Formats: sequence, structure tokens, C-alpha cells
Amino acid sequence: MLAHNGIIILLTLLLALIATIIPMPLSVDAFRPDWVMVVVAYWCLACPSRVNIITAWIVGFLLDVLLGSVLGVHAASLAISVYVIADNFQKIRNFSVWQQSIIVGLVTVLYHLLVFWIQRFLSDAVFLPSYIYPAITTAILWPWAFLLLRKIRRHFKIK
Amino acid sequence: MVFMSPIFKHGPSPQHRLLLVLFCSGLLIFFDHAIGSFETSRGYLQSLVSPLQYLATAPKKMMSWTGENLSSRSKLIEENQQYKIEKLLLKEQLMKLETLEKENNRLRLLLSSPLRQKTKKMVAEVISVDSDPYTHQIVINRGANDGVYEGQPVIDDQGIVGQVQNVGTISSRVILITDVTHAVPVRINRNGVRLIASGMGQVDKLTHNFVPHSYDVEVGDKLVTSGLGGKYPEGYPISEVLHVNKDETRAFSQIYSKPVAKIDRLRYLLLLWTKTIPEVEAKNEAIIDSVKEGKE
Repeated sequence: MLAHNGIIILLTLLLALIATIIPMPLSVDAFRPDWVMVVVAYWCLACPSRVNIITAWIVGFLLDVLLGSVLGVHAASLAISVYVIADNFQKIRNFSVWQQSIIVGLVTVLYHLLVFWIQRFLSDAVFLPSYIYPAITTAILWPWAFLLLRKIRRHFKIK
Repeated sequence: MVFMSPIFKHGPSPQHRLLLVLFCSGLLIFFDHAIGSFETSRGYLQSLVSPLQYLATAPKKMMSWTGENLSSRSKLIEENQQYKIEKLLLKEQLMKLETLEKENNRLRLLLSSPLRQKTKKMVAEVISVDSDPYTHQIVINRGANDGVYEGQPVIDDQGIVGQVQNVGTISSRVILITDVTHAVPVRINRNGVRLIASGMGQVDKLTHNFVPHSYDVEVGDKLVTSGLGGKYPEGYPISEVLHVNKDETRAFSQIYSKPVAKIDRLRYLLLLWTKTIPEVEAKNEAIIDSVKEGKE
């Protein structure tokens, strides 16, 4: 994974993890986009031979450690949602950026629902609509992140 | 590595990979949640990711640092004056407390009950608050290097905040009293009735389960730790009763209380050592001796 400037992929993933735990005011916090989701989804579409479900699972595991949730909750949810993208990467690649952002938004909804379901199963979590809000900001973030990451990929010639 | 065309599949198929990782996560969830066998490795994992946490808080730290350095002279003088007045008031209270403590020790000795012991304390700073809505945890900048241990009580300037859950080398994770999985044995300061305060996953509410209707609980009652669980030292404020519903059709009365600690605005915390330290013990013995001599 580290060949051909693969370290850049790792760096972007680490930055996404940091952006996920950066402290924010409580009111903005509910709308925090899923940086990890966006970055993993992009690399999954761009380099499916290097970033795949296993990568998503490992990043999700780190997210579990960082967020202090039961180990494996975010890992499993991220892996399943990324599976949807990884299994259809040839189709999704040909969509326009706007269509892609809708798909990423929907996948993010799936991700948050999965996390909620597992939490509900483990402890008596109650569903609040605010758990889904990040999907909106993630969908809005996608086009910009897509352009930025594509620029990075072309600049460093990551294949 | 040769560039591999993604048109031709290689390696295990996505389905197999998914099955593999789902199996792994199933195992992880089971061992972590049901058996709790990751308690020690969590500490190592915590130390592993603490650089990320320090990096994540760096921008905010820098901003508050510049803010502090750019504050005006007049504001500093004003603050300083305020602190001086506060210190004066606190000192006056402390004087009273010292005589009271001595008196209390004397009385306790007369009753031949053990003396209350002074404990070691350490100031800690919050370095990250979880953005996960399902857990109420924070990370502080003290770890095993500072002698932090698992289950250690953490307070702020108002009252109990929570206890240490995992200890890393330079940082540790604190579970807050409002977490769904957390409960504290408490008593009502007014009459000594014992209750249990459990978290509900809301920052401003604690619930008290299994309280019979006959118990004397009123809105506005102050709850303090009872020290019965052995985790928290006795007598620290924890919450104030907010709502009492004595509906006889229910088996137990419904009681909610509001934590006195500012759970959603934590910054500086105090770690308490409930285990006694040798020098304090020596001091206590000296007190006992002096009191005994006084008696004779």
C-alpha cells in the first residue's frame, strides 16, 4: 500500500481521523461531516486495488478507539457502508459529482443507521433524528473533497 | 508494485472481505462488550492514538493561547482583583474549616471512629470530548506517568464529574456520570436517604431507579456521594433533585436530578487519590497524638 506515494493515502486518512475528533461547539457538532467516510469512499473509487473494505475496517477500528465506543462498532458499520461503494465502484465512477454526492449521502445515512442499530443492540440507545444530520453535510462536502483529493491524487501520481 | 487494472479482479472478492471483517468485528464486539477482555489493551490503544488527540486539540489550544496572551492589561488587572477578593473569602472559610476539622477529629476520636484522611490531588486538562452521541466520555492529559489509575474519581470545581476508565501513558479516558452505563451511590444531604444516580445519556439529567414511594425526597434536595461503592470518596456534591413524581400506579417513584458539575463545559478537572499517602498518614498520626495529649 505504501508504494507509489501510498503514504499520501495514509496521510489523508489520518487527517480525516483528526478532523473527526477535533473539538467543536456543541451546536455545530451535530452537523460534523463524516470526513473518514468521504476520504475512504474517494480512495475506494479511485484506487480500488489499494483501498478496500479491509482498509475501511482498520480506519473504523481506529475511530472506535478514538471515540471510546465498543470496539468493532464503527469498524463494522464503516466496512459495510464502504462495501456498497466498493462493489459498485465502476458504476459510481461514471456518475457526475452531484450524483455521487447523493450516493455518498445515502451511504452515510446507512452508516449512521448501522452504528445506531448496533448501539441499540448493545445498550438502550434512543433514536434521535440528529444522528442523521451529518449525512447532509457529508453530501455537501463530497464535491469539494472530491476535487481536492483528485488534485492530490494527480499531483502525486497515485494509481 | 505493478499497476493493476481494476477491471480484472484480483485477491479475495469484496464479499469475502466483507465476511472476514464482519466476523472480526463480531468477535471484537463480543469480547469487548460482553466479556470486557480488552480493558488492558484499551490502555495501550489509548496511548497509541493519543498523538492524534493532541494534534486534534492543537488548533484550539493555539487559539486560546493567543487569546490569553492578547488580553488587555486592564482586563488582567480586573481579573486579578477579583481573584484576590475570592482568595480572601476562601481563606476566611478555610480558617473556619480548620477549626471545625480539628473539632471533628477530636469528636471522632472520642467516638473512637477512624479519622477522615486528606488525599492527594492533581489538576488535569480536558484534551478531547467525544463527538460520538452514544457515549459520554472525555480524554484528559494525565496518564500512567502521573500515577493515574483505573476507577479514579474525577471532579471539577462544582462536583463529581466521573471516573477514569482507561489509562494510557500520557492521557486517559474518563467516563462521565451522565453516561448510560455509569451509576454512583449517593445520599441526600438533608436526611441521609441513600439512592443511586444513574446516567441517562443526557448531559443535564440523572435518574434514580428503584426508589420506594415512602422515601423522603423533595425537589431541590442536594445529593452527595455516599462513598458506599468504594470508588468515590464520601461527601462530594453530585446533583440536585429536579423532578419527583410519586405516581402510586407505578412500582417506584420517578426521580430526576441535575448534575452540579458543568458536564458540557468541562475544561480543568481535579483527579483525587482515594488511597492514602504515607506523609498524610504520618500527619494524621501526629494529629491523633496531639489530640490524645490534649485529652490527658
